[in-house]
Amino acid sequence: MQTKSLTRKIKSLTPFAALLPMALVSLVAYLGATLWSIRVSFSNSRTMPTDTFVGMAQYAKLFDNERWLLSIENIAIYTVLFILVSMVLGFLLAVFIDQKVTAEGVLRTVFLYPYAMSFVATGLIWQWMLTPGIGIEYAVRQMGFPDFVFDWIIDQDKVIYTIVIATVWQTAGLVMALILAALRGIDEEIWKAARLDGIPVWRVYVSIVIPMLAPAIATVFLLLSTTAIKLFDSVVAMTQGGPGTASEVPAKFIMDHLFGRANIALASAGAVMLLVPVIAILAPYIYARSRRAHQ
Amino acid sequence: MFKPTHALLAFCLASFATSLAAQAQVAKPLPVEKAEIIHWWTSNSESAAAKLMADAYRKAGGIWVDTAVAGADQARAVAINRIVGGNPPTAAQFNTTKQFLDLIEQGMLNNVDEVAKSEGWEKILPEPVLNVIRIKGHYYAVPVNIHMQTWLWYSKTAFKKAGIAKEPATVDEMFAALDKLKAAGLIPLAHGGQAWQETIVFQAMLANVGGKDLYLSVIRDRDQKAIHSDAFKKVLLAFKRMQTYVDAGSPGRNWNDATALLISGKAGMQIMGDWVKGEFAAAKQVAGKDFGCVAGLTPNSPYLIQGDAFVFPRTSNPATVNAQKLLAKVVLTPSTQLEFNKLKGSIPIRSDVDTSTMDICAQAGVAIMKDKSRQVGISEIFLTPDQNGALQDILTAYWNTRMPVEKAQKSIASALKD
Repeated sequence: MQTKSLTRKIKSLTPFAALLPMALVSLVAYLGATLWSIRVSFSNSRTMPTDTFVGMAQYAKLFDNERWLLSIENIAIYTVLFILVSMVLGFLLAVFIDQKVTAEGVLRTVFLYPYAMSFVATGLIWQWMLTPGIGIEYAVRQMGFPDFVFDWIIDQDKVIYTIVIATVWQTAGLVMALILAALRGIDEEIWKAARLDGIPVWRVYVSIVIPMLAPAIATVFLLLSTTAIKLFDSVVAMTQGGPGTASEVPAKFIMDHLFGRANIALASAGAVMLLVPVIAILAPYIYARSRRAHQ
Repeated sequence: MFKPTHALLAFCLASFATSLAAQAQVAKPLPVEKAEIIHWWTSNSESAAAKLMADAYRKAGGIWVDTAVAGADQARAVAINRIVGGNPPTAAQFNTTKQFLDLIEQGMLNNVDEVAKSEGWEKILPEPVLNVIRIKGHYYAVPVNIHMQTWLWYSKTAFKKAGIAKEPATVDEMFAALDKLKAAGLIPLAHGGQAWQETIVFQAMLANVGGKDLYLSVIRDRDQKAIHSDAFKKVLLAFKRMQTYVDAGSPGRNWNDATALLISGKAGMQIMGDWVKGEFAAAKQVAGKDFGCVAGLTPNSPYLIQGDAFVFPRTSNPATVNAQKLLAKVVLTPSTQLEFNKLKGSIPIRSDVDTSTMDICAQAGVAIMKDKSRQVGISEIFLTPDQNGALQDILTAYWNTRMPVEKAQKSIASALKD
């Protein structure tokens, strides 16, 4: 009797034991580091963390910093455009492939391929393509449009859009793959019934398919939002924040101040501010999920 | 970015060094610990220079273990993380600036007073460098070299094409030459549009248009009155005027790509540190024949000193301390200084080295350094990394946008206030 209950106990504990390493990593590495960042952000640390606390001074300094304010403005524009364009383009690609096109496997690979490559390398290629005088501008001029101008990457007001273009190119394939998987999960019977009723195809997509894809779309949205907010490597590879400070983003501000500028307190304050929108996006999602779980 | 060949090279050298040291130990009673040195000398000319330094160290009986990290910021981050984490290297490269001041104040570095006193550093090192490495009477770093950031390089081919007969000797002559280059359809100023390169052009303008006194009151004293003065406004306007001479492809360009424009004769001038000599050398161009160098545009323009240094993380292990002392000694040996700086493109840090075998630009630099009143540090010697970064942000924004000069003045004043 007793051994039986003991084995049962061990059995019921096994999953927890298996999860323990991951849980510890999350707690110590992620949560611990977050709490430590918050602590440092209230201090006057420079190269190394110190215990001299200065209250909100670093935050005041942060929001007095023109580069930080510009970074926030840039990331806002970028996030909205990046998520919108990636989702629309990814969705259209998925619908296109879902039409049972020939060579589907090849196309899927082609669209997904950019996501498999490091952006440090592809970002450099994008930089070359976008540089006026060479790349796209030169190619179009050679095709018989001598007055063609495409100099967004050196334009103060348009440089952030070139980053949207390059990163959408990279991410749209991933969105396509996720939406396509969800599309494949939709019952063929629904399509047959709609065809019997004579409903136009676009209408089926808008009124029936998209609502059914809601969970997949929510996942994609979440993935894209976190990718967008932590934008760093693309900017470093393509513009280094320039021309001037026109394409600076918060993650780059944080990295610069963390090491090069030896101001870890200000960098930590920036990192904490970056956490706020992530939580704002995550909270409703977690709330909705927990409600669903309770029902 | 870490090159596997470096790791392999380091390994081979280290194992070679161990066998050498085994022999050396017989002769030397003092045991010498392995010396692990973190540095960022990874480009072709730099790694050749680093290798020379390592060989000199081994010849003196040390065991050099090479830890090369590509990228200055990354290398310093690795060094600081390891010092804080309790696993410090024997020595770590920093720039001869305020970068390691925090480490000193936190008591994380060993001093090398003994070597400094016996070698008489006080007499052989330039004052701006001494002020950085000597804190409260103790010596915490050994400087390696002197680079000068604000050299004006010009292509003789481009000058000939534009009909410029004479090397510019004043600021006005420089602008006149730039105008001529523009009229000849060449790129007047080869500029890499990255924030740090814009800062270099600014420092050149501040030193030559503003002069030494204004330079020091703005950068060293952070004097609000000087920053708001008309003289400083003139400097900022001259800086902005330089921007009108760059080509459309300038933003984001690397410095060596800008030098390539000079080498091919497509562009006339570039303002950049003396490390560009490595690019000219790789293209088989000779100073004085294919390209020229101008250190300053007034008779007493300051020579803006910049350089590398090794710091010695705190340890009480006597063998490691010995290894640190040995490095401090070897770095400043005259023969090491001469050969190292020939490869690196810089000039020797000590004034008593025979430099007649160096190129004409280096010799010009050495000649200027003889005049103590022209020895001035770059902005990083006076400003904290954070202040320097803030200044850089403003300058690059001013260079690239239509920011009014008064606003730039105001922003610089507030960035340098605290």
